[in-house]
Amino acid sequence: MNKIDKSAYAGTLESSDAFIEIKPIDQDEIRIELHSSVEEMYGDDIRDLITKCVQELGISYISIKVQDKGALDYVIKARLQAAILRANQKDKIEWEKL
Amino acid sequence: MKLRRSMLFVPGSNTSMVCNAFVYRPDTVMFDLEDSVAVSEKDSARLMVYHALQHFTYEDVETAVRVNPLNSIYGLLDLEAVIRAGVDIVRLPKTDCVEDVLDMQEVIEKIEYKIGTSKKTKLLAAIESARGVVNAVDIARCSDRLMGIALGAEDFVRDLHTQRTKSGSELMAARAQILLAARAAKIHAFDSVFSDVKDKEGFEREARYIRDLGFDGKSLINPNQISVLHKIFAPSKKNVEWSLDVIEAAENAKEKGLGVVSIDGKMVDAPIIARAKWTLELAKASGMLGGDE
Repeated sequence: MNKIDKSAYAGTLESSDAFIEIKPIDQDEIRIELHSSVEEMYGDDIRDLITKCVQELGISYISIKVQDKGALDYVIKARLQAAILRANQKDKIEWEKL
Repeated sequence: MKLRRSMLFVPGSNTSMVCNAFVYRPDTVMFDLEDSVAVSEKDSARLMVYHALQHFTYEDVETAVRVNPLNSIYGLLDLEAVIRAGVDIVRLPKTDCVEDVLDMQEVIEKIEYKIGTSKKTKLLAAIESARGVVNAVDIARCSDRLMGIALGAEDFVRDLHTQRTKSGSELMAARAQILLAARAAKIHAFDSVFSDVKDKEGFEREARYIRDLGFDGKSLINPNQISVLHKIFAPSKKNVEWSLDVIEAAENAKEKGLGVVSIDGKMVDAPIIARAKWTLELAKASGMLGGDE
């Protein structure tokens, strides 16, 4: 599995958005810290979404902190992908995986 | 016929607006990746718009994206994202000449071919300089993908060494040229945004003015302007009734094999019938004939 090169973040703390911070870790795992006002109801779904999104990009060894402000699924996905692309500073984007 | 009275600008970096713009039911939602997005957020906004375009909430809404110019480091990435996401229209910023349109078209064709889509993305050229206005006639007819040309007033007045005024006299020549160029090429003509969202009277005055000039619609920056604009573009009740009479008379004449139609002793010919049909389309879209609103 691929690791990310460095820490990065994307998003905002505004309503309907999510602020996502990621950093590389030494363990082969996807570690998720979620803070959301809808955690009780949708927490598992959000974690599944994040895990799937990271796996699709072939990433592991990653710690992800999500501050969700009522974001739709695609917003969380967009912010997470932006953070990962920033962390890896890739010139070429593999759109098929996004 | 697709009505395009209102094109709502939505900054690609404003998540709340991106997620909710469809609710306001503009004729077209125009996501912006250019001037309203800070350089540090270009990447993130591009991804946001990429996903929004594919979300079911935008399935039934015409979508456009204002991309960054091809000569910037963002232009090609923007195009790659929005074409893959299935945008309906790409809005070219700062279109100065025919080559600007053809260059953009070539890149779009390459991306469409690469991803194997049968969709033919349309183009909308924003004219924002004196050079662009002078070349508007050639620009308007240079590509069968071009669905319209639009005036971008803020950059234009800067290029003209003047400023926006309440009277709009500084835009008189550009509006006339863009409108005539669009009509000659049989494509849409769009007016610029009205930036002072607090000046409701000024917005209404400008909307009536550009409607009377013949523009199809206007770019908007605030959702509150949509219903106001749609009301201004709605035909009068009298005009709708007259149009219904024209269509009925035309159909009766056709059934009877008559070439000429008359209403109240006045001859009704093909252009009048076409205008009546257009009025009824507008009336339908404005909810006057059991339409959308």
